[in-house]
Amino acid sequence: MRKLWAAVMVLATAALSGCGYNDIQRGDEQVKSAWSEVLNQYQRRNDLVPNLVNTVKGFAAQEQQVLTQVTEMRSRVGSMQATPELINDPAAFRKFQEAQGQMSQALSRLLVVAENYPQLKSDANFRDLQAQLEGTENRIAVARNRYIKAVQEYNVLIRTFPNNLTAMLFSYQTKPSFAVEDEKAIAKPPTVDFGKK
Amino acid sequence: MSGRWLASIAAGAALLFALSAAAEVAVPPLQARVTDLTGTLSASQIQSLDSRLRDFERSKGSQIAVLVLPSTQPETIEQYSIRLADAWKIGRARVDDGVILVVAKNDRKLRVEVGRGLEGAIPDAVAKRVVSDLVAPYFRTSDFYGGIAAGTEALMKLIEGEGLPAPKSGVVIKGVHHAVDFQAIFLLFVALVLADVILRRFFGHVAAAGISGAIVGAIVWLAAGVLAFAILGGLIGFVIALVNGLGGRGGGWSSHGGWSSGGWSGGGFGGGGGGFSGGGGGFSGGGASGSW
Repeated sequence: MRKLWAAVMVLATAALSGCGYNDIQRGDEQVKSAWSEVLNQYQRRNDLVPNLVNTVKGFAAQEQQVLTQVTEMRSRVGSMQATPELINDPAAFRKFQEAQGQMSQALSRLLVVAENYPQLKSDANFRDLQAQLEGTENRIAVARNRYIKAVQEYNVLIRTFPNNLTAMLFSYQTKPSFAVEDEKAIAKPPTVDFGKK
Repeated sequence: MSGRWLASIAAGAALLFALSAAAEVAVPPLQARVTDLTGTLSASQIQSLDSRLRDFERSKGSQIAVLVLPSTQPETIEQYSIRLADAWKIGRARVDDGVILVVAKNDRKLRVEVGRGLEGAIPDAVAKRVVSDLVAPYFRTSDFYGGIAAGTEALMKLIEGEGLPAPKSGVVIKGVHHAVDFQAIFLLFVALVLADVILRRFFGHVAAAGISGAIVGAIVWLAAGVLAFAILGGLIGFVIALVNGLGGRGGGWSSHGGWSSGGWSGGGFGGGGGGFSGGGGGFSGGGASGSW
């Protein structure tokens, strides 16, 4: 009886660790935690916006267009359900990405406009907010990179043999990552047209 | 003919090298708290910065490191700095209380990279003030030592007010990130069972169990590099093998094996003059950059 039990234990352990089930679990958790960090940092940016808008309004109230754009983008991003489950729905994931990308552009346009107001630029409050925004953008970039890396490892893991069989059995699918086009759109400096308005 | 071959191979190699060099600036190995790759700081200046930072680590536990390098191009200083932080792991593990001051001299850029645990003590806005109001003015007059000293002093003052876990009397625990490897334990289990069976042929039960225990302890020590748990593992191995031998009379297949996890804190002393290593602190991109 004891022998049998030991044999079953050994077989079960070998089978489970051999087919990559444990690795898939680990990878899945890593992707999830990387993703929640991304969400976290985007949320942090969104929380900064009202303060930033109010400060800019105090010095450059006439820049209505840019200000309303940022506010609108904020409410649109805020209304999206940014749940951890988003990574299992590629379409919703892409939509979330687009909204956040537009938010980035609206914010950088706001900062470009702010350059024209020396008083605003030297305001201590604005400088702090700007530093916070820069820091948050950098955190977003770091979180996104870590997410990309985690997803890459995970996707390779569940596509290679024999893990792909295990993944099929337990219905684990590849997870969406940030596309390169997104990266370019975000890295691109905003175009400012002073001419037409 | 062969000369031309050689030349083209050499050219190709040079091109490859140039490409890989252009890809990104390598992270220098962490050997001291203050690393100067540009030869800007004198030996005595490095010495005094280093001893100040070492004293601070002893009293507060947080690690601060400084790197002066020529350039981070083609990467931005932010991209380089997070790579550096991930490689150096300044700050204690789980407390994440490390700060790195990166100065890219020819780019005229600097950055304070703040560990995750210190984002409350040094928020981005404050880091920005340290960078652009405190350090940059010194750098503008080419007083690099003055700027770095003023910057690190300010950072230390900021960290001083933060409630962090007390430093562990100069011992930096290494290897805490070693997760328990399930498969290694499984192999250990098999090895112990086999060893016990064989050894019991030649020695008595107790002696065989003792040897098995010692083997387990040694393996755990080698694997985890840490001793307290190794002894514990050895003892567990001994007891299990002993019980095993008494129960499973007649040898053959005996069931359970001894296993343990973790290990002894055979950590390096972070305070020593020569050796310095990061404690495993994590970074998530907090801090601020500036230029001069």
